[in-house]
Amino acid sequence: MNTLIFRSVAPFLTALMIMFSIFVLLRGHNEPGGGFIGGLIAASAFAIYGIAYGVAAVRRALWFHPMSIAGSGLLLAALSGFVSILAGVPFMTGIWIYPRLFGVEIPLATVMSFDIGVYLVVVGAITSIALALEEKERD
Amino acid sequence: MITLLCLFLPFIAAIVAPFATRRLGHQAAWLLAAAPAFAFVYFTGYLPEIAAGEVVTGGFVWVPSLNLSFSWFIDGLSLTFALLITGIGTLIVLYSGGYMKGHPQQGRFFSFILLFMGSMLGVVLSDSFLMLFVYWELTSITSFLLIGFDHERAAARRAALQALVITGGGGLCLLAGLIFLWNISGVTQLSLLVHAGDVVRQSPFYLAALLLVLGGCFTKSAQFPFHAWLPNAMEAPTPVSAYLHSATMVKAGVYLLMRLNPTLGDMPAWEILLPFFGGVTLIAGTFLSLRQTDLKLMLAYTTMASLGLLVMLTGFGSDHAIIAAVLYLVAHSLFKGALFMVAGLIDHEAGTRDVTRLGGLMRAMPITFGAALLAALSMGGLPLFLGFLAKEEIYYALEGGNLRAIVFALIAVIGNALMFAIAFAVALKPFLGPKVDTPKQAHEGPLLLWIGPAVLAVLGLCGGLFSGILHRFVSTPMASAVEGVPTQVSISTIPHIGVPLLLSLVTVALGVLVYLQLSRARALMVRLMDGIGPGPDRAFDGFIAGLVRLSVLVTRFVQPGRLEVYLTATFIFLALTLLVPPILYGELPAVPLFPSDVALHEWGFFAIALIGLVAVLMASNRLTAIVSLGIQGFAVAVIFLLFGAPDLSFTQFMVETLSVVILALAMTRLSLSPSDHRPIAHRLFDGTIALACGLGFALLLLKSTQSVFDDRLTDFFNAYSKIIAHGANVVNVIIVDFRGVDTLGEIAVVMITGLSILALIRIRPGGGATKPADNNPDANGGGRR
Repeated sequence: MNTLIFRSVAPFLTALMIMFSIFVLLRGHNEPGGGFIGGLIAASAFAIYGIAYGVAAVRRALWFHPMSIAGSGLLLAALSGFVSILAGVPFMTGIWIYPRLFGVEIPLATVMSFDIGVYLVVVGAITSIALALEEKERD
Repeated sequence: MITLLCLFLPFIAAIVAPFATRRLGHQAAWLLAAAPAFAFVYFTGYLPEIAAGEVVTGGFVWVPSLNLSFSWFIDGLSLTFALLITGIGTLIVLYSGGYMKGHPQQGRFFSFILLFMGSMLGVVLSDSFLMLFVYWELTSITSFLLIGFDHERAAARRAALQALVITGGGGLCLLAGLIFLWNISGVTQLSLLVHAGDVVRQSPFYLAALLLVLGGCFTKSAQFPFHAWLPNAMEAPTPVSAYLHSATMVKAGVYLLMRLNPTLGDMPAWEILLPFFGGVTLIAGTFLSLRQTDLKLMLAYTTMASLGLLVMLTGFGSDHAIIAAVLYLVAHSLFKGALFMVAGLIDHEAGTRDVTRLGGLMRAMPITFGAALLAALSMGGLPLFLGFLAKEEIYYALEGGNLRAIVFALIAVIGNALMFAIAFAVALKPFLGPKVDTPKQAHEGPLLLWIGPAVLAVLGLCGGLFSGILHRFVSTPMASAVEGVPTQVSISTIPHIGVPLLLSLVTVALGVLVYLQLSRARALMVRLMDGIGPGPDRAFDGFIAGLVRLSVLVTRFVQPGRLEVYLTATFIFLALTLLVPPILYGELPAVPLFPSDVALHEWGFFAIALIGLVAVLMASNRLTAIVSLGIQGFAVAVIFLLFGAPDLSFTQFMVETLSVVILALAMTRLSLSPSDHRPIAHRLFDGTIALACGLGFALLLLKSTQSVFDDRLTDFFNAYSKIIAHGANVVNVIIVDFRGVDTLGEIAVVMITGLSILALIRIRPGGGATKPADNNPDANGGGRR
């Protein structure tokens, strides 16, 4: 799309949306949000960027093939499930640790890495579909 | 525990084989042969114990809840088979070392042979039904691999597939039969089944179980009309033919019949079906072998005939018949294994195995000739040899005087006479007479090649000479196991005057006659067979071709390749599932009361949703319709938000946005016409389906909100989400923690869907895929149909 306004706004919009998507992902445990919805937001962000600047630009910006992102997300989610096996509890049991960083206690959990995996799968899969469709449109 | 080790030793050797062969070349045979040799020596140690009438069992519980165990059991029958498998196996491994020398895939060949050996050992030592079945199918699979070893030849591939289809299909029959036996008798172990014979015989399901078991045994042991795969299996390298397709695997069917004789035997069906099919196979096999000129094929058809003879004897129903079957089985494994190896040796050294192009090899290959002669003497059933004992016993068994015995005695005499002729045709024709020019200059093979046939042939003589020892340690325990009661085997090689000897003389005289007139008999058989027309082998091809045609038809019907058809079918079915059961069972929801407290802004969003819908229907082009559908979706998302489902609403917003984007992209990509050109009747039809689906969903939702809501789960999640899972957002905690495994499955589905959509997008009508960044100008309008 070649309107000047859209092309100028798109990078900022994309950056903001991706930041927002990560925010939504991380707050999901206590407030509305989570990996799935975060992933959808990020996917729309890439779609907007793609509409403004073309598929090649998005692929350059992503660096990885979107399907690899989805694959690594699935791997991460599965591995998060296996951590609990090492701890001697059933598969997929959430394991929590509370490290202190700069005097602040930060709760971290396999549940979170699992959710990040969900996020990556959704981003990767949807983006790769959208990109493939856009690409064909213009060639 | 050493028994367990012996069960797995061939598999371990199979893993080692490729590496050992890379290191040692064909000399690896000596190392690999140590595995079966060790097992052979170990099993020999059981001989005194088993001869004393004991039974050795062992094993461990595998899946206790299914009453499944990994257990073995050794009695006279399984021990004899185990000794044959490991003993002949040792010789075959050595022989393969010489025969496949220099073959680039020799390591793989060793590996397959040893895999087969392990499977076959498992078949005969298994106690539990399921273990038997698993090993049984493993022998079919390894046989498939070995027959198709020269996979670059179409004939080998066809033969391999044919063997797999026939024996594998038989295996499924067997499984069903074993399940029948399990249900009838209540036991899952062969060792216990012996005691359940009366229960099984009186069961109304006896015949069904019998037929299914016979389906397995007859296919495996190449009984008529399932015999076609066995001669075709001669496409395999000769060590395979010698080992699998004469000495061991094809006897698995006979083994199982013998094993089940105490349980299923002594019934009219058993004593009719087995001798009948066995007798037909015997006659068919011997006559078919007459027409062959290929040494291996001549032997293959006599193997089929011998298997027929064994089945016939097993089912004949007398003590002498069982003893005869036992003796003949051992004798046959020895002489046929030896003769096959001789045939391979001739092929290897002279370059051909066509009997009409061979002659005068005696001087060049004296050891081979000796081995062939000894084996043929045993096969022909001449005195002093084990084959003679077997044949005498056969005639003892069949001298009854009644019509049935006379008919089968006649069949046996004809069969044996023809086998006599073939035996000497294989053992004498290539060696005697004037020297014939062969493709290769023949000379004696290396030690690795002749040691196998020599040992087996000599054993055939020893078995006859020292029949007392053989009977004490092998024949008597084995016959007792087959009979189910102690049975004494006492026949010796000293000829006794009587009917059996007379029949033997007739057999030999007839055999010599056929041998002398072999080429005339062959010409006669060729004419006869051409007159009969296509046999089961062609029928197999027809069957496979028909199967392919049928599946093509079914696929064309189920998957016509038009998305419209799929969608219409899916939605019609959906509407039916939603609407028919509530109407049929009178479970339609009550008419809901209209809520009176709907606020104005809520009305507003309902109105927007409705406007979106109307816009979809009114839209003159597709893009407008898609966007209008998005409006409706957004309105619904707001309604979700208003009624307290922020997560759901959030997701709905994003899904609506993305689906509008993706649908719009797909539309432009498909190069559809901008507007809808369906005729009015078609529109009405599609509209009706859509309305029915919508109505169905509305009714379902109404009904489910009207029933009493079980809120135990809600209470649980609300109460424990924070305490157990440290999260306040119950929805998300359920997704990532309580039901995390579900989510893992779902994201895997998302991933796979993405991959398949990607693949679909890249497929072009002309076939072939292109890279995503392909800017080939010829690729314009890639998706156009």
